[in-house]
Amino acid sequence: MDALYVSLVHHLRSFRLELALEVGRETVALVGPSGAGKTSVLRAIAGLLRPERGRVALDGEAWFDSEAGVDLPPERRSVGLVFQEYALFPHMTVAENVAYAGPRRVDELLELLGIAPLRHARPGELSGGERQRVAVARALARDPAVLLMDEPLAALDAHTRARVRAELGDLLGRLGLPTLLVTHDFQDAAALADRVGVLVDGSIVQEGTAPELVASPTSPFVADFTGGNLLRGTARPGASGLTEVDLEDGSRIFSTDRLEGHVGAVVYPWEVAVAREAPTDSAQNHVTGPIVSLVPIANRVRVRVGPLTAEITAASADRLRLRQGEPVVASFKATGTRLVPL
Amino acid sequence: MRRAFETALVVATGLALAFLLLPILALFVRISPRELLEALWSDVALDALWVSLKTGLIAHFFVLLVGTPAAYFLATKRFRGRGVLITLVELPLVLPPAVAGIALLALFSRRGLLGQELDAFGIQIPLTQTAVVLAVTFVAAPFYVRQAIASFETVDRTLIEASRTLGASPARTFWRVAVPLSATGLGAGSALAWARGTGEFGATIMFAGSLQGVTQTMPLAIYAQLDLEPDIAIAIGALLVLVSLTVLLSVKLLPSWTRFTSVSYITSARSASS
Repeated sequence: MDALYVSLVHHLRSFRLELALEVGRETVALVGPSGAGKTSVLRAIAGLLRPERGRVALDGEAWFDSEAGVDLPPERRSVGLVFQEYALFPHMTVAENVAYAGPRRVDELLELLGIAPLRHARPGELSGGERQRVAVARALARDPAVLLMDEPLAALDAHTRARVRAELGDLLGRLGLPTLLVTHDFQDAAALADRVGVLVDGSIVQEGTAPELVASPTSPFVADFTGGNLLRGTARPGASGLTEVDLEDGSRIFSTDRLEGHVGAVVYPWEVAVAREAPTDSAQNHVTGPIVSLVPIANRVRVRVGPLTAEITAASADRLRLRQGEPVVASFKATGTRLVPL
Repeated sequence: MRRAFETALVVATGLALAFLLLPILALFVRISPRELLEALWSDVALDALWVSLKTGLIAHFFVLLVGTPAAYFLATKRFRGRGVLITLVELPLVLPPAVAGIALLALFSRRGLLGQELDAFGIQIPLTQTAVVLAVTFVAAPFYVRQAIASFETVDRTLIEASRTLGASPARTFWRVAVPLSATGLGAGSALAWARGTGEFGATIMFAGSLQGVTQTMPLAIYAQLDLEPDIAIAIGALLVLVSLTVLLSVKLLPSWTRFTSVSYITSARSASS
């Protein structure tokens, strides 16, 4: 079993990077806002950044160990690092770029990534998606024990991104390498990774599968990051075992989570229904207000009502004849309302 | 009013060009091309050409051999006193050639700082061809090193790091990534250093003397022939103008020959992805 162990402490500009993680034969994503220290973690593993303290090891082999005084240079660490802007060598062809890391598997890797016809092209002539594949092929040409990817999809336009994301997910599954990728996009992490760690200001604030993070975020940040609405209020036990939450705007909602004091109520857009009039079901939470915005996304529409974003099908948006500025009622169940401490 | 200003600009430009180009033009109209070629075929001119070429090539070899890694070190390492070192490397650029000459004498003459030690081994440098090489190297090297530092600094650091994570040692990274991506700037610096070395006069005449066939380079031959055979002086001068023009053109044209500098690549990558 090949596994990468990382524990490190390093002071960055305004905060301290301090984390420990283990990556087995799986894909782990570190997600977090820009400047949270994600890239520094990859650089420390690859040997491009020397942490103040810590240990980086592949199984029993230490690459870095501040106590034992071990610090292998990057070329002696078996990693394949895919840089954010890909860092392809502009003066070499695609085949030369890949051969630079290892001449033996060039044909096989160009074939695997579907870029064999581009072997004589130079990076400047390639599209973003093609560059990304060359970068992955080059990173693999060394036969690395660990694959590291820095924002593998960030340099792509929205159109290319969805396709490359699917291809990359497929490829990572087939490779079966311990893979650590960092991204600021939760969707990318959810699509590519088996496990997700949320990195904020240098620390992992929550770790789990993407569905787990969505289902039970432990902090407002994770809730917001995974795409949920966050409503601030004060919670106390209410009737029939439900928790009552008085929101800042004076309205009251209910949750099945048990929590008291200052809380954030987390509601995911796909759990919010939109109607012209309030449904009669008393177990539901309602927010009434005019439609602030309507944004179609493929066959869905994101509707903003007061502090809430709802995601409904395009068909029901048509049926309700929703227009910006018109009053509607957004409703969601108490069971779909998670509470996180603030 | 505006008219007058425009006219003043044109007049100033005309004056500047005339002043800079007329002397060079005069060099070529003084004697006919046939006389010029005959003058170049003289022993003095051929000897000077040979001495200049030989010492120039040897000096240039050492400038590139030592200057390139030194420039790479100064460009990529961050340490205390780096700025001071770079400034010191550039000092000979602004040093008067006569000072360079007397400084080289102070180091290598028999009573100089190293002179006695060298003398003990039977080595005497002043007034030899070695002295020409040293003088040329001393004045020309900073032109190359300065340009090489600037070129290495523009290589995207990420590419250097990428090379290392792909298993390449620092030495392989230098040869396969840093040098090719700096080739344009290294070529320009090399051409400028060559031009400066070819024109070297002051330090050479003080340190190496002007012995025909041994230390008399082309600029020294021009000076020596001025009173004896002015045609030869003019012919060598004309030849040096052509050499200088070639160097200037190669520096100007070099960037369009090598397309794959890291800088232009990054801008194209950004615009392509945005």
